Amino acid sequence: MSEHAAQIDRHYTTTGIDSRKLGLWVLIGSESLFFGSLIATYMVYRGQSTVGPFPHGPDGLLDIPLTSVSTFVLLMSSLAMVLALHAVQVSNRRGAITWLLATALLGAGFLGFQAYEFTHFWHEGLTLDRNLFGASFFILTGFHGAHVAVGVVWLLILMTEAWRHRLPASRALSVEIAGLYWHFVDVVWIVIFTLIYLIE
Amino acid sequence: MDTHAHASGDHAREDHARHPSPKVYVLIGLILTIVTAVEIAVYYIDALNDWSTAIIIPLSMSKFLLVVMFYMHLRFDNRLLTAVFAACGVLAIAVIVSLVILFKVLPYQALG
Repeated sequence: MSEHAAQIDRHYTTTGIDSRKLGLWVLIGSESLFFGSLIATYMVYRGQSTVGPFPHGPDGLLDIPLTSVSTFVLLMSSLAMVLALHAVQVSNRRGAITWLLATALLGAGFLGFQAYEFTHFWHEGLTLDRNLFGASFFILTGFHGAHVAVGVVWLLILMTEAWRHRLPASRALSVEIAGLYWHFVDVVWIVIFTLIYLIE
Repeated sequence: MDTHAHASGDHAREDHARHPSPKVYVLIGLILTIVTAVEIAVYYIDALNDWSTAIIIPLSMSKFLLVVMFYMHLRFDNRLLTAVFAACGVLAIAVIVSLVILFKVLPYQALG
């Protein structure tokens, strides 16, 4: 019986992959299509605005230095996330708490940059219904920001679990799954940063 | 506690053995930082204006692949997970390319 239970635990699905992990990858697949559609919309409406403010050009709104810093912050949060996973896998509770908190704080920092950017754009006259750039930009980056916010809450819950001694090495998969979500949010930003900010 | 917990522990140890070391994670983080810095430099260098898109997109793709392969462990995990992600990624890219061609290329061709 015990051997049987161990087999069930190690082969959750007929594929040999843990069902939670496979489910998260399927979610990531569907999220790829979701963000793909939003990016496609942005690309189609790119350069079609008939009234300002415009993203690029002499009076362009996009602040590349500021967004470069926020991009760096999000990339470093991914590094902190994998270090948190490693800490949980080697039963380093203090390390797990530290790196999970660092990841959440870096994610919150990224959201702070985004809140500043949105507020600045609003003061410059760019709203959701001002022009096609405003509509497609706020929808795309807003949905990305919402995903980051969900990730921050998820990370804080895991950190609380580690704090309460409820995140042993046997539960490392829970951290790995949260990490997969977090890294996906990061790779989506890599694409957004390139297509919206760096390519005029 | 059992067998379930022990088996989970075994599973965690197996995953840990397959995953990269913290040194590799930090090295990947360093590479990501450098590539991002190069992208931003290319954006600002006027002499590269005509080439910036051709340079920045491959750099961005390399960052994307590094995160997916090493931080998301696709390089070390079951190939089925790679297939799920790649299939959806290809479909997403196809949607983007199709819509751009449909709305931004074909209308101009129709106008001659």
